[in-house]
Amino acid sequence: MRTSPANIASAILTYGFVGLMAFLSVFPFIWMALGATNSSIDIIKGRLAPGEALATNIANFFTLVNVPLVFWNSAKVTIFATVLTLAVSSLAGYGFEIFRSRHRERLYRAMLLTLMIPFAALMIPLFIMVGKMGLINTHIAVVLPTIGSAFIVFYFRQSTKAFPSELRDAAKVDGLKEWQIFLYIYVPVMRSTYAAAFIIVFMTAWNNYLWPLIVLQSNETKTITLVISSLASAYYPDYGVVMVGTILATLPTLAVFFFMQRQFVQGMLGSVK
Amino acid sequence: MALARRGGIGRYYDVNGWLFVAPALGLIALFMVYPIFWSLWMSFQSGRGMMMKFAGFGNIVRLWNDAVFIKALTNTMTYFVVQVPIMILLALILASLLNNPRLLGRAFFRTAIFLPCVTSLVAYSVLFKGMFAFDGIVNSTLQAIGIIASPIPWQTHPFWAKALVIIAITWRWTGYNMIFYLAALQNIDRSIYEVARIDGVPAWARFTHITIPLLKPVILFTTVISTIGTLQLFDEVYNLTEGKGGPSNATLTLSLYIYNLTFRFMPNFGYAATVSYVIVILVAILAFLQFFMARERDK
Repeated sequence: MRTSPANIASAILTYGFVGLMAFLSVFPFIWMALGATNSSIDIIKGRLAPGEALATNIANFFTLVNVPLVFWNSAKVTIFATVLTLAVSSLAGYGFEIFRSRHRERLYRAMLLTLMIPFAALMIPLFIMVGKMGLINTHIAVVLPTIGSAFIVFYFRQSTKAFPSELRDAAKVDGLKEWQIFLYIYVPVMRSTYAAAFIIVFMTAWNNYLWPLIVLQSNETKTITLVISSLASAYYPDYGVVMVGTILATLPTLAVFFFMQRQFVQGMLGSVK
Repeated sequence: MALARRGGIGRYYDVNGWLFVAPALGLIALFMVYPIFWSLWMSFQSGRGMMMKFAGFGNIVRLWNDAVFIKALTNTMTYFVVQVPIMILLALILASLLNNPRLLGRAFFRTAIFLPCVTSLVAYSVLFKGMFAFDGIVNSTLQAIGIIASPIPWQTHPFWAKALVIIAITWRWTGYNMIFYLAALQNIDRSIYEVARIDGVPAWARFTHITIPLLKPVILFTTVISTIGTLQLFDEVYNLTEGKGGPSNATLTLSLYIYNLTFRFMPNFGYAATVSYVIVILVAILAFLQFFMARERDK
């Protein structure tokens, strides 16, 4: 029964299909890695073997791009966005869940409605606002509108439902103030929630494109995503250089994924708990 | 402080509640709620740059006669209608195959298929642009295995350019959706499948009669997420087509058109805001439909 022809056929079909999908998913990464070692002409011609141009490509990338500055820009934007979003959102998630009141519930529901606002409808007013504040071409302008995130607040509130109220009661008996309870008890207890939220915010900030494209206009302020995009849209793009850039831009998120795989998936699933 | 003294413990609680939520609510009000009403107001204005005057429904009338807008709207709806079902079905099939505990190398396959999610939208668009070059790796492979006789013009033919955008988005997001279904499948008792199998229910029927009905809420959720995402499509098309949405607007999306109207052409904030409200309305309609369907299900 177990090894009937039908079973074998279905096994071949299953492994064949899943295997093909896995291969197609991974292939662009392999192509990217091989591409970095080939010359631009070979890449466009679809050469699929390691070449000898890696050193040249890296050297060209470093000549064309001020690499330390670009990465510093990306890191700065990402770190500020991540720290501030996590701080502001976890405070709010805690506040909404622990100190419930009728007015705040109404505001919470109104806040969730903002999840449906498409960014395209915000970019013109935001651009004018940032211009009036004199922040065009600054990293503050990139970070500021992204800190208040209804989704991350929602995520923290959902997770706070699992925060044991006995801990809070005990801390109050010990005479801790509200902010101390938050800082010394809530934050350490909820670290896995912070880890998952960190991944969502980190990915969004590091990969953010449209808003930085609008506000960052000089080469001194540009982030890595903007640089790759402009390298690739040159009239004759040097694909070897582009590949080196894409690898460097993908490495941080890839590292986060491999070192925090469980929280990564948890973060992605966040909203359906 | 005065508030805290007057109302006793309840009041004190309230002060803390407001203090904790104020920073987030303030930022959301300033950078989301205020601008969304501002762009509504703007959509009734017309003029170049900051010199705007009231235009009534002028912008809405202009939408009807704007062939480029109609093109962007049709393209966006095409992506949504074609891509979302393909991706959701693919993700469902993969999730139910990978949910089988007897499948060898399950963790490896899952990780591999999820891997595209770590790339930035810009990075993978750039990769796809290179892979789908006229004499690039995809065309040469397809020719080598005999699927096509001559190279496909992925970036110069209106149909294939759209197909390329759809292939790219499907590559990036299928694994993401699959993870949602895998998580939901873990809550389904496997013995249902065992019983069905022993009763001789074929695999395909198990999929359509057990998996899909039980996953309906998650499918609905991911569909809405994907819909909202597709309606806002920008990064991919911008980077696959050097910001043009070409060939001859064949891949142009609403978001890209708004960007061009605002930052590339002679800026017309009012009209661009009107186009952006088309997206707002589409999202609202689709969210309402989702809500309506969820209600129907609970009955």
